[in-house]
Amino acid sequence: MRGVNIFSKAQAQWLGVALVAIALIGLPFALASVGTAWVRIANLAILFVFLSLGLNIVVGFAGLLDLGYIAFYAVGAYAYALLASPHFNLHLPFWVILPIGALVACLFGVLLGAPTLKLRGDYLAIVTLGFGEIVRIFLNNLSQPVNITNGPQGISRIDPFRFGSFSFSQTETMLGLVFSGPIKYYYLLLLLLLLAIVVNLRLQHSRIGRAWEAVREDEIAARAMGINTTHIKLLAFAMGASFGGVAGGMFAAIQGFISPESFVLVESVMVLSMVVLGGMGNIWGVVLGAVLLSFVPELLRYTVEPLQKSLFGRSIIEPEVIRMLLFGLALVLMMLYRPAGLLPSAVRKRELAKVAA
Amino acid sequence: MDIFLQQIVNGLTLGSVYAVVALGYTMVYGIIQLINFAHGEVVMIGAMVAFSVITALAGTALPPVLIVFAGILAAVPVCMLLGYAMERIAYRPLRGAPRLAPLITAIGISIILQHVALLIWSRNPLAFPQIIPLASFDVGGAIITGAQIAIILTSVLMMGGLTLMVYRTKLGIAMRATSQNPQVAGLMGIDIDRIIAFTFIVGAALGAVAGVMVGTYYGIAHYSMGSLLGLKAFSAAVLGGIGNLAGAMLGGILLGIVEALAAGYIGDLTNNVFGSNYQDVFAFLVLIAVLVFRPSGLLGERVGDRA
Repeated sequence: MRGVNIFSKAQAQWLGVALVAIALIGLPFALASVGTAWVRIANLAILFVFLSLGLNIVVGFAGLLDLGYIAFYAVGAYAYALLASPHFNLHLPFWVILPIGALVACLFGVLLGAPTLKLRGDYLAIVTLGFGEIVRIFLNNLSQPVNITNGPQGISRIDPFRFGSFSFSQTETMLGLVFSGPIKYYYLLLLLLLLAIVVNLRLQHSRIGRAWEAVREDEIAARAMGINTTHIKLLAFAMGASFGGVAGGMFAAIQGFISPESFVLVESVMVLSMVVLGGMGNIWGVVLGAVLLSFVPELLRYTVEPLQKSLFGRSIIEPEVIRMLLFGLALVLMMLYRPAGLLPSAVRKRELAKVAA
Repeated sequence: MDIFLQQIVNGLTLGSVYAVVALGYTMVYGIIQLINFAHGEVVMIGAMVAFSVITALAGTALPPVLIVFAGILAAVPVCMLLGYAMERIAYRPLRGAPRLAPLITAIGISIILQHVALLIWSRNPLAFPQIIPLASFDVGGAIITGAQIAIILTSVLMMGGLTLMVYRTKLGIAMRATSQNPQVAGLMGIDIDRIIAFTFIVGAALGAVAGVMVGTYYGIAHYSMGSLLGLKAFSAAVLGGIGNLAGAMLGGILLGIVEALAAGYIGDLTNNVFGSNYQDVFAFLVLIAVLVFRPSGLLGERVGDRA
């Protein structure tokens, strides 16, 4: 029996959007009924989507492989931690710090990009990797002679987000619903993420976005068309970095504690895997990739671990290892079998198909 | 003066290890213009395999030199196989794909190898059993250990052997031809796929020995030792001019000495604001400086000299 088409295509689309919106609004309560840990996982997933969107500007739009992306996340996180914790006894409100964090990260992006963007792609990857390591080494050691970062111990007791007396870390009951700290953060993050997605969508088809695409496809041709390639690449770097900075600030506030441990190379690789898995250059693909790679390992953690225990009596493979193996495999297999990602961007698809032929 | 000489000796030791690892990068780059990111992990696997064998044999009555030799003998074939498998499974299908693709695969492989090593050997570092008597010699105020001498000698031997192979054998000629122009080399009857696989295998074998050397030097081997070492060796290769054999050797030794001297003097120079814990930063600073001011590296202009 053939279904009757009740809705027009536009109506169906709106219905879809409405359903997704309802699902996203209801999600934290559904997760909270399983356990608050899952709401935290959802929050981290949103942060990773945020980061992936930022990296996607650099890798996906402009085609510059950045392997030290987590450094900008670190810069944003430390900017927040230093300006809103007992460490320097500063307690600025978050809406002041987040832009500062974005700005500082952006500055670091320019600092790294300016001397290196003349380099060819693969060299750039290595230099950015080295840059990420340098930032981490400095974070680890800048506790002497002046204690700036507190070294490997990190910074603790970081302020949560606060609007006047409304704190995001306290549990409140409104309209008969229990809003725990993580749930409040969830809505804030969701709002910011929505904003980020809109910015990205607008960027992609803007003059700048098209310039990025041109540089990615053929730099010499782009230059011949009058695009200042160094300029435009630097812009991609700075823009991606500021996304990282904002995400870092939110991370610091949610966790309440940060240390250099959170900003190792592996994290950069993780974000890169998300972008690659979803589809470089496609915003929805990147969102999908980040959500998948945030949740699947956690699901595995809760299923494989008990399974191993019941089968062998002990845990043979640590969940962390499974997670990393998954990331590695995702990178290799995607490049071999579906180089354009799960949801490829139209241009990438065309480009990669050409090569395969 | 003593510190200076001592740091030169230490730098020379570490530098010769960097040089051997850098050769692996530079050979692969010279032949297919690929940065084999996972090369550092191959070095790590080599060290781990050798250490396992050495630990297993440490209780026997065999002479220590023979035990270490057995370790190397076990590590080299494992790494050769690994190098071949990597090329065959992950890189060959991507030949001709956009540059980004093999680079991303390489990162993936490196993550996989690291965590497979973690599964096999656990998180704890393997310690080198104390079987070699700690002989040391005093050379003009600097102390040089037997292990250091062995490391430097082995590296020199391997570099010499590789140079001979590349310039004096048929296989070496084929490698150089492939690096200059694969299509034409293919038309001349060279099996390019075989030559490329062979390059990976030789690089991996060198890496295995380098792994044993660096492990012996520090006394431990660890599942995550490869990435930083690989990065530094890559910096060395770029410093010398990537794709250039002599460049990789020169770059490695220079980088080792720069690093050692910087670590030895940075405290005095900056009034102890920065200490030797910043040692790892210098390799990257060198890398960035080279790429900005002389991207072709020290010996990079001799393009025809690639292998």
